[in-house]
Amino acid sequence: MSEVRVLVGTRKGAFVLASDGKREKWDVSGPHFAGWEVYHLKGSPADPSRLYASQSTSWFGQVMQRSNDAGKTWEPVGNKFEYEGVPGTHQWYDGTPHPWEFKRVWHLEPSPTDPDMVYAGVEDAALFQSTDRGDTWHELPGLRGHGSGSSWQPGAGGLCLHTIVLDPTDPKRIFVAISAAGAFRTDDGGTTWRAINRGLKSEGIPDPAAEVGHCVHRIAMHRSRPNVLFMQKHWDVMRTDDAGDSWHEVSGNLPTDFGFTIDVHAHQPDTIYVVPIKSDSEHYPPDGKLRVYRSRSGGTEWEPLTKGLPQRDCYVNVLRDAMAVDSLESCGVYFGTTGGQVYASADAGDSWAPIVRDLPAVLSVEVQTLP
Amino acid sequence: MIRLVLPAHLRTLAHVDGEVTLAVDGPATQRTVLDALEASYPMLRGTIRDYATQRRRPYLRFFACEEDVSHELPDAPLPDAVATGGEPFLVVGAMAGG
Repeated sequence: MSEVRVLVGTRKGAFVLASDGKREKWDVSGPHFAGWEVYHLKGSPADPSRLYASQSTSWFGQVMQRSNDAGKTWEPVGNKFEYEGVPGTHQWYDGTPHPWEFKRVWHLEPSPTDPDMVYAGVEDAALFQSTDRGDTWHELPGLRGHGSGSSWQPGAGGLCLHTIVLDPTDPKRIFVAISAAGAFRTDDGGTTWRAINRGLKSEGIPDPAAEVGHCVHRIAMHRSRPNVLFMQKHWDVMRTDDAGDSWHEVSGNLPTDFGFTIDVHAHQPDTIYVVPIKSDSEHYPPDGKLRVYRSRSGGTEWEPLTKGLPQRDCYVNVLRDAMAVDSLESCGVYFGTTGGQVYASADAGDSWAPIVRDLPAVLSVEVQTLP
Repeated sequence: MIRLVLPAHLRTLAHVDGEVTLAVDGPATQRTVLDALEASYPMLRGTIRDYATQRRRPYLRFFACEEDVSHELPDAPLPDAVATGGEPFLVVGAMAGG
């Protein structure tokens, strides 16, 4: 029988939630790395027993971990993230130049085909790669060297590269997103990059349609259609049908188009999910009602999904990396909240139930579907 | 032998209980002690000293013989009592909530 593993990163450690394909009863293991912030952990599609995790604290900096047995045991691996060449400067919040300084790893993206290869998106924004199971890391400096790098500014969470999307049909094509610079694409394996922000509009920057300066929160893709991307921006839900060359808004009838996370149904490329959040200062759901919104038409037309979710007095947030889907026949959808709940739906969002209610604030949720 | 006390999280990371003992070649300084520590416990690299700057992380302090030696130069000799193993070298994390 199939098995599902949900990998949860929190403010105070990592947890592994496991169930069979029915997704009714769950085993919870953890906390792993107790007391450390785990921004992200993710399994290798090429070897599901191989997991990578990013743990950090303000006290001790960044530590990287690898598991070869699906999270039962872990070993520290390389944590040296050194920018190539002279790091230079980006802009600080007040517009003054600020030196590039490594702070933490926000996102890990293992190769779909090589269990020893994994990418890391870091703060201050850069893309690193390891080809030796995380033992050593090297920067792909062409991204930071993109002509706009010196004008990138941090979002409230820092200048972070938080999204890495690998094209399953073209190993040389990678999409990344940076707060608050925007989205970028390489078509040559990371040597050169182009900003792909045409069509994004961000009020509050001098030129609302500038090439960079957009606070992209997350990008999602369905593997069968790699030229179509969906984006939750600081404000606005966006869509591109040409691999980012141009974007158009698909916020439609959402109650608010602010939010952090977005994901795509495993089998229906036009079915997408977001969690609308009231505003960029309040960071909780509108009206105290936790609602996932689903579009079955690739955006614009949205329906609220509420069954099993709190519909009063709920003031949690759902962060950018805290939603994922499984690939079972009836697609499962999962998300975690800053209140420590991890909700699961085994019926593509029609109904929800909490797997756990009282974890530390959830930073990330990833899912592995095992045969 | 140098005796060194780590904060709890780093003891967990290094899989050690209690004090660590280290053999240091030459004079005992912050640099030689931490170099010896990282050679014996590579998983601690980058956690006490920033990789890029090799400077002490801001939320950590170093103590020896009931004195704060955090702001001593990295190559300044540590007190004789630490160099001879009579007193431990302490790596202390800031007390902070969260």
